[in-house]
Amino acid sequence: MSVIGKALATAAMGLALMTTAAQAEEMRIALVVKALGIGFFEAANKGAEEAAKELGDVKIIYTGPTDTTAEGQIEVINSLIAQKVDAIAVSANDTDALVPTLKKAMDRGITVISWDSGVAPEGRQMHLNPSSSSLIGNMIIKLAADNLPKDGTSEVAVLSATTTSTNQNTWIEEMNKVAPNYPNVKVVGTVYGDDLADKSYREAQGLMQTYPNLKAIIAPTSVGIVAAAQAVTDAGKVGQVNVTGLGLPSEMAGHVKSGASKSFAIWNPIDLGYSATMLAYHLAKKDAEAKPGASIAIGRMGEVKLDDKNEAAMADPFVYDAGNIDQFSSIF
Amino acid sequence: MTTATGRQIPDRLTSPLSRALKSWEALLLVVAVAIFIANSLASPYFLDPWNLSDASFNFTEKAMIAFAMAMLIIAGEIDLSVGSIIALASTVMGAAAAAGMGTPALVVLGLGTGLVCGAFNGLLVARFGLPSIVVTIGTMSLFRGISYIALGDGAYTTYPDSFAWFGQGYVWWVITVELVIFALAALAFGILLHRTNFGRMVYAIGNNATAARFSGIRVEKIRFILFLLTGLMSGIASICLTSRLGSTRPSIASGFELEVVTIVVLGGVSILGGSGSIAGVVLAALVMGLVTFGLGLLNVPGIVMSIIMGLLLISVIALPRLWTMLRK
Repeated sequence: MSVIGKALATAAMGLALMTTAAQAEEMRIALVVKALGIGFFEAANKGAEEAAKELGDVKIIYTGPTDTTAEGQIEVINSLIAQKVDAIAVSANDTDALVPTLKKAMDRGITVISWDSGVAPEGRQMHLNPSSSSLIGNMIIKLAADNLPKDGTSEVAVLSATTTSTNQNTWIEEMNKVAPNYPNVKVVGTVYGDDLADKSYREAQGLMQTYPNLKAIIAPTSVGIVAAAQAVTDAGKVGQVNVTGLGLPSEMAGHVKSGASKSFAIWNPIDLGYSATMLAYHLAKKDAEAKPGASIAIGRMGEVKLDDKNEAAMADPFVYDAGNIDQFSSIF
Repeated sequence: MTTATGRQIPDRLTSPLSRALKSWEALLLVVAVAIFIANSLASPYFLDPWNLSDASFNFTEKAMIAFAMAMLIIAGEIDLSVGSIIALASTVMGAAAAAGMGTPALVVLGLGTGLVCGAFNGLLVARFGLPSIVVTIGTMSLFRGISYIALGDGAYTTYPDSFAWFGQGYVWWVITVELVIFALAALAFGILLHRTNFGRMVYAIGNNATAARFSGIRVEKIRFILFLLTGLMSGIASICLTSRLGSTRPSIASGFELEVVTIVVLGGVSILGGSGSIAGVVLAALVMGLVTFGLGLLNVPGIVMSIIMGLLLISVIALPRLWTMLRK
């Protein structure tokens, strides 16, 4: 063997030792997103990095395809399986198409969870929802109640998407269930803007004409909330009618600053990335098990409880107001 | 004098050996070996038979279509509807599976849909004399549109267990079913293009369709058969991809057409028609697969990966041109 050959062999051995040593002390968790270059997921990555820092022995691999295809995500997951990462936490482009690949990952001992956008139960150990219908239903009426006088009853109306929107209907139903807990709020009616900007705008105008004493509009849809805020502004009723519900910080920043909306809610992507990483870590470390009824700690976010489909809800939707809107409006 | 196809007729023949060494295929082989070595040095996970086997899915389905597409492009035509044919064939199979049909019936339907789509393209091009790029841009929207109408935002997920064999099965050790189909297709198309009269006629049409017609070649018939073959291979790819994903959505295989054409062009097939080989396409598919897998192992973001693929394509195509320009 030549001198160069020996040197190469030594170097190779050294390298091999180094990589095994690195593997022993470091857990590699892959955060697979729908596509790279989306603000929401970049924010989730920030949360994942925060969790990694807190845990100490974790390396985050933030990756995803260039466009939101299942095929692209499968290529990414295949290369992660090849690297023998310890855990994969995926926000899926397709509920079903990823299942065979993720099954293979689990067969090879990799922990697989889905978050944000889920995978069918047979393709993951658990799924993390950003929130739950009951938490959302409670939050939207709480936001309205918090900004209204504590005594007496104020009239409030709901501006929803379409009459057949499953999500919105469930949230409104959950909201009505907890309405007795907020005696200062009286829900006087629900209208449907069909998630179209102009129709939502006209419906919001109609609400203010029908109920002259209206004090708040709850719009649990990102299209409706912006349209309602605009209608309130145009009617010169800022300060008189408060718009709240679910919306995107980037679209709502202007209306929060003008006062048309005092506060609104939506999931916080940073917390979501943080919690997904925490869950993946505990499951891969085997100090928690993904089974119905189990509780798993997620660091500063407390803990989640798995339901009978191995799904968990992270937390209440996150509230955005004048205090934090600037920080998030640039993210998503 | 250069003809419209950009081909030159040499006045003296070089020896077969030096021709082989200077060929496009040799260059691609060198590139493939270089990428293979670079990948093995860059990542400790690369040289693992199972990993390489998984990685082969990055190119097998696209390469199956690329063989047929290569012949089509050599004949001076193109088919941009292949991704949409996959989607439509997958939708038909999904609907049949939902209705309770077994694996053999699904395979027949997948192949049949591919053939019908290919025949439709072929009819419009060969019978009515429409330009293939226009026809297939149209059918690209048409075929996928039908899938969207049938499925909307839903999905077919009820495939029989035995159907998983095509996209998830192994013939022996790490050799997947798809790899075997890929190899058989390469062999079949290699023989068809390089060892049969049919293949010679395809080259003749690509170089000069008018001269070919005057030589007694039934140009329209051959064009029709080529579209039929492309449809058939898209049907086979659809069976493999659907089986691998275990589900159908109308967005399945979106963007495949450009990747297939990229493999063909990287394989040295002249986009103007008239020249190219199946060996080149095989090597190009391997190069594409190795590059995407190698970069994936290093967790290179997809955006950077597509930039590298673009640069590779341009440089591999530009280098020989530059070389001849510098020698003059």
